Amino acid sequence: MSRTEGKNLRVVLYEGPGSTPLADDDRFAALAALLDNGFEVTRPVAGQHVAPADDAPVLVLGLLDPLDTPPEVAPGQEVHFRNLADGDLLEAARAVREATGARKLEAWKPWFPVIDYDRCTNCMQCLTFCLFDVYGVDKQQQITVQNQDNCKTDCPACSRVCPEVAILFPKYGKGPINGDVVRAEDIQREAMKVDISTLLGGDLYGALRSRQKDARKRFSTERDESKALLERKRCLGKLKKDLDIPDEVLMTLPSAEDIEERAARARAKLAKRQAISQTVKDTRPAPSETEWGI
Amino acid sequence: MSILYCNCTYAKVVPVEVKRDVLRRLSDSGRAFDAVADLCDMSARKDPALKKIAEGGCTQIAACYPRAVKWLFHAAGTPLPDAGVTVLNMREDSADDVVKELLA
Ligand code: SF4
Ligand code: SF4
Repeated sequence: MSRTEGKNLRVVLYEGPGSTPLADDDRFAALAALLDNGFEVTRPVAGQHVAPADDAPVLVLGLLDPLDTPPEVAPGQEVHFRNLADGDLLEAARAVREATGARKLEAWKPWFPVIDYDRCTNCMQCLTFCLFDVYGVDKQQQITVQNQDNCKTDCPACSRVCPEVAILFPKYGKGPINGDVVRAEDIQREAMKVDISTLLGGDLYGALRSRQKDARKRFSTERDESKALLERKRCLGKLKKDLDIPDEVLMTLPSAEDIEERAARARAKLAKRQAISQTVKDTRPAPSETEWGI
Repeated sequence: MSILYCNCTYAKVVPVEVKRDVLRRLSDSGRAFDAVADLCDMSARKDPALKKIAEGGCTQIAACYPRAVKWLFHAAGTPLPDAGVTVLNMREDSADDVVKELLA
């Protein structure tokens, strides 16, 4: 199972009829522990709204009266009951999570690009830039995030190349990439970053390719391996600083050949897309004489 | 009206003292609410629970930047309604300000 699949267990913290209400401190402690361990929690109160039930498994936790029969639930709804008086709340929740096959808390940071379609102009720069096939186009030929799992944790580089500041990483430290409002100076600053990457050789692939070529040349002429390596390090250091690419991502960058292949694939995708929009244009009826103004 | 609280469990981008303070006061308020571990994680998984939240008339969301929350729901294929939803930002605002709006 991929890290982005699976249902969560929904825990209902119940304090209604047939139970003893929790002390304020206990309720808060239960809520905090459950949320910190990746559970969804609902606190229902009679006469007030919470999200409706869906087909996710439900665990009802509370100081339940042992003599009371559990309330009836909708057919098909998987509901488990556990009495908080009977033992540790997290142990009970984990056991039900295991039994229902619901998703466990994983040590991952949900890190993936989120597109702000109010800003996006569908220019495809992110698609051509990303080395890891995170982006794609949907049936309407609109840019979309199609392989979130491929995104490299803590790498916000594609958001740096987006000319519209339309790519968000909500877990990023700084605005506007984290979703903060986009100000005029942000647009200017992001544009400058793109310029810097352009100066590096057209784009990331270009930069890496030409540096690799230079390094090869140096290997053959000077046979000074350490100097060439230093130069490569310097180049990568500059990319890292300009685009905020983490070390781990730089270390896992594909080979020059892979990059060439990837760039060719992206170019072909773009050409296909342009051909489709051209065909759409060409199949429009020819303008009438009056439209030509003759 | 319903309330959704996001705990931002998988990364510490929301100040812990703010989110804990908001949760505590929500917990003590006697109000019904839904709380999720991490909206980003749910969006990544296109969790159907987001649909029930978006369609269930949720009107107050305590999380982070409104632009991030809006597009996280959209990315999961369950956009929030255009009007009537307020996103409160625990990343920028004080717990006092968030709770005042949340329980208004
Ligand atoms: S680079 Fe930005 S504006 Fe261009 S398609 Fe990607 S998200 Fe949209
Ligand atoms: S929506 Fe905001 S507060 Fe919630 S998990 Fe994502 S970054 Fe954290």
